[in-house]
Parts: sequence; structure tokens; C-alpha cells
Amino acid sequence: MNAFITELEKGVSGKIIGLQGGCGFVNQLRSMGIREGKIISIVTIHPFRGPVVVRLDGKLITLGRGFANRIIVEL
Amino acid sequence: MKKIVLMGNPNVGKSVVFSRLTGTRVITSNYPGTTVDFSQGTSCLHKDRVYIIDAPGTYSLTPSNIAEEVALRVVKEADLIINVVDATNLERNLLLTLELLSLNKPLVVALNLWDEAHHTGVEIDVTRLEEHLGVPVIPTVAVTGEGIAHLAEYCSKPLSQPTPLFLTEDEKWKKIGHITQEVQQITHRHHSIRDIISDATIKPLTGIPIAVLIILSALWAVITIGETCITSITDPLFECYLPFITSLSDYIGPGFLQQVLIGELIDGQVDLEQSMGILTTGLYVPFGIVLPYVIAFYLIAAVLEDSGYLPRLATLTDTFFHKVGMHGYGIVPVFLGLGCNVPGILATRVLESRKQRFIAATLIAISVPCMAKTAMIFGILGQYGTLYILIVLIILALVYVVTGSVLSRILKGDCPEIFLEIPPYRRPRLDLVLKKTWMRLVAFIAEAVPYLFLGVLLINILYATGFLAWLGTVLSPLIVGWLGLPQEASAALLTGFLRKDLAIGMLLPLQMTPGQLVVAVTTLTMYFPCVGAFAVLYKELGLIDLGKAVCVMVCTAFLVGGLVRFICIGI
Repeated sequence: MNAFITELEKGVSGKIIGLQGGCGFVNQLRSMGIREGKIISIVTIHPFRGPVVVRLDGKLITLGRGFANRIIVEL
Repeated sequence: MKKIVLMGNPNVGKSVVFSRLTGTRVITSNYPGTTVDFSQGTSCLHKDRVYIIDAPGTYSLTPSNIAEEVALRVVKEADLIINVVDATNLERNLLLTLELLSLNKPLVVALNLWDEAHHTGVEIDVTRLEEHLGVPVIPTVAVTGEGIAHLAEYCSKPLSQPTPLFLTEDEKWKKIGHITQEVQQITHRHHSIRDIISDATIKPLTGIPIAVLIILSALWAVITIGETCITSITDPLFECYLPFITSLSDYIGPGFLQQVLIGELIDGQVDLEQSMGILTTGLYVPFGIVLPYVIAFYLIAAVLEDSGYLPRLATLTDTFFHKVGMHGYGIVPVFLGLGCNVPGILATRVLESRKQRFIAATLIAISVPCMAKTAMIFGILGQYGTLYILIVLIILALVYVVTGSVLSRILKGDCPEIFLEIPPYRRPRLDLVLKKTWMRLVAFIAEAVPYLFLGVLLINILYATGFLAWLGTVLSPLIVGWLGLPQEASAALLTGFLRKDLAIGMLLPLQMTPGQLVVAVTTLTMYFPCVGAFAVLYKELGLIDLGKAVCVMVCTAFLVGGLVRFICIGI
């Protein structure tokens, strides 16, 4: 099943299968290590459309909701 | 002279490598974006003098904020690039390495945080990595100095240029995947206690109470350390100084010189707080009252910065900062601005868009009180109880929120979202914390002293020539009519243009009610930044935006001042 990471529950992890957006934006995500094939897990989703915190390669990354909404994972 | 540039992702320890190589002291912390401008220094390596530049951290050569633009500009002039790589995060760091290889310049890779990589179960085969990249790779632990001597050897050697690589984005990632698979071995480890603390401080349910607790204890620590410094160090020192200055005053006798150096005598005595001379109030307020709090603040700030807590606080406050047109990383300039607005305004470079930087810088100047302003607030209102201090602080916080949301709605431009790597917690090292506090202290004094003498001198001359009294009459409709203050207060407000801290001394003898003092203090804090902050605002925003920012400040200050007057004093 595929889903945007904002639709996941916290604690769930999945494999990134797609990044949506312009070339510059996708490259920015990739340069921070967020790219296809990586396993990403949700640490927490802040309420009131706040940021999403993910763990990837053992590192924590905070992403704005709009950014997180462009990452598609396979569960 | 050979130019060496240090390049690398944010928060990999470039600045630590830089201070190791040059002996130059630079500020280092545990959060991305500590270096927003480049630092430079020279060093003698194997008899050759080399010029070393520490560039701000960048993830790639396509810049996404001002700090990264600075890095890109600097790297173009390099004769040799030292690429500082985080060994715990090889894969992500290699993108920049590959991009640097395409610049066709000699390159050395410093594989930093080598010890931390080892602890977290990451093993890297250095020889194989060298083969893949075609450049020397040196494992380093910059905080202890391990590997730095080896790195320095390469800086003076003539190095051959690597074969330039021109790869498309996809090819780069394929190559990075290939390299990491070949050279890196990760032994998986279980969740450590550090991870549990790390997660607890970033989740809203547990993180927010912890944040409140941390902020309150930091505040308590600053006040306690500051007060202890005053009662046990600076006050005794100035008590020894007082007899000396009193005899000097008697020696000079009344006249212009006494007016400038000593100031007014209060009940026939020299009063360090209220006399307003260069050698009395001019020395006592900045060194006797403000400096102890500055020391206390920077000490606590250094501990918080080096632990890695700030990016977590940024995540927790992101939702709030969105309402005022920024994102969570806006907390960093605010935090630094509480010490001194100058580094706070410089730190707005971590924000991506011009609109965000304008809002951040303007709001700092209006409603983030630096330690000098805070000392002023405490000095004037402390005797009437904590309630009045609290009122002023709440007003400032409200002004921050309201002005921020208004600006974010009326200004054009984007508000990019937060995108931030959270560093691991590290135990702050005492020597680094003390070093950093010392450096900031020196910077503060170097900046304060010239303005100190110029400011007091100018004020005293304006006062002695009667200019202040004249301007006070001109402005009296505004000061007396709108703000409800006695006419003499206008002199203090005008002095505040040059020296906020000194305005305390001028407000104290006026016998105002606590309500009037709240109005005076709030207006004084907001309406104009000090000269140093003003200069840095000009540098960061440019003339036109500086004009806009000043407009916002003056309007907000007098609007809010008037409102506070009607609430606190009545009509």
C-alpha cells in the first residue's frame, strides 16, 4: 500500500518510493538524505498542521507539513 | 598566499577544524547554521603561510539560503578545498563531495566525528574510500585534535587536481549508493537512553512541558548567576572605586568638565546610578549591572547550544512561528538576540526568504530585549515588584505575535517551511563553553566600550548646551499628551536613541508612578534599536528595508506606548 507520510501513524515506517515536486525541491530533499529506496519512520506528527519528525539512517529530521506531504512511501 | 577553504554540510565541525588549523577562535555549537558568515585566518604550515577560510555549512552547491550563497562564493576562490565530512552520515555528505570534485580544484576530505561514528557502530574503510574518490581522506576528531596534524601536512603539499566528475543527479546518487555500500559497514544498535531522551524532547506531549521546564530553569540560572556576580564581584569593586571618583570630583570642582566626567551630584554626592557622567554612570551601568547578566546569559546559552537542544525547541515552536510568517528555526535568532541583538539579527540568515528575514530582524529589534534592555527593565521596575516586570515582558511578547502576524499578512514573499536536521545530543564540554562565553564577552565589550564613551559624551554635550531640553519641549505633545509622562522623560527617551542602558539613570530621579514607568520602559525598549543593532540591520536588510523596519518600530512603539498608557495610567 502506498501513502503520503503525513497519513501514517507515528512509529510506522515505510520505504520511500516517490518524491513529488519541482527539480530543485526534490534535490533539496535528496541532499538531506531523503530519497527513493530509503526506509523512513515517523517519530511524531505535531498537531495544528505542525511539522513532522522522521527518522532516517538513525538521524532525526524535522519537515514542514507541506514538505512531508510530498513524500510517498510503500508500507 | 595559498587559499584553503573548508567546506561541508552544516554541523559537521568545520569551525572546530578551522580553529584547530589556525589557532583562531571561532564560535562553534551543536546546531546547523552556527556559522552564517565566513571566518578567515592565516596559519603557518610547514614554513608556508596559508590563508584559511571557514565557509558556512551547505548541503549542496545549489544554495537555498544566504549562508549557503556565502559558501558558494567563497569556494570559487579556493586553491585547495578541505571537505569536512561527517563520518556518522557518510552517504548524505558525499553529495557535496562529488559536487566539489566537479569544481576541478585540489581536494582533501577530512572524515570528522570519527570517534562518534565508531561509537554509533559505523565503520568506514578509508583506503577504499580514497580509491573511489581519487583524493586523500583523513579521519579526524577535531574537538580533541586527532588527525589534524596529518590534515595540515596535506595543506602545504602540492596536490594534483582530481579528475573532474560531471554526473547527472541520478548518476551522482547511484555512485554515492555504490560507494557507501563498498566502504561502510553499519552494525545496528539498540535504542539507547540518548535516543529515548531525544524522542521525548521532540514529541509535543512530553516535549512542551520539558521545554517550559528548561526555559524556566535557564532563566532562573541567568538571574541567579547575574545577581551573584553583582553582589559578590562588581558591587564591591565599584565601592572601592567610589571614594576615588568622589575625590576626583572634588578636585575638578563644578563646571563643564565635571558635568561631562562626573555628571550631576545627587544630594551633593556622586551617585553611580544617576549622576550620568562618563566616569560614573557611564562605567557603572554597562560594567556593574549589564555585564554580569551578559556573562550569565552567554554561559547558559553556550550550554544549551552545545547540547543540541535548540533544533528540538525549533521543532516544538514551529507551529507558533508559522503564524508570524517564519518557521521554527526563527527561534535561533530570537534566542541569540536575548543576549545581544547584533548576533541575533545576523543569525536571521538561517531563514530562507527575504520576507522571513525582514520579519525576524524587525521583530528582534522591536520586542526581543537584549541583556542591556533586560537589565534596564529590571533596574527600573525591580523595586516595585515582579508584577510590573512581568507586565512589560508580556507586552513585548504580545507585540512580537501581533506585529509578526500583521507583517506576515501584509508583506509579499514566500514563507518556506522548516526543513531541519536534528543533531544528536552531546555533552557540552566545559572548556568549549568557557571559551565561547569568553569570546562573546570580548566581542560585547569591544562593541560596548566605544559607544559607551561616545554616547555619554554626546548626551552630556547635548544636555549641557540645552539641546535636549529644547527637543523635549518640541516633543512634549507626544510625550506628555500621548504617553502621559512628565516632560523631563523626553530627555531619557532621546538618550535611548544612543544608549538604552543609560536611560535608566535618567528615568530614576523623575519620581514617576510605576504605571508611568511601565509606559516609559516599554516605549524605550521598542522604539529604536541601539547603534550597533542599527548598523547590522542596515547591513542585512539594505537601506530601503531598514527604512521600513524603522517605520514599523517607531509606529509600533508609540502606538503600543499610548495603549499601555490608557491601560496602566488611565486618561
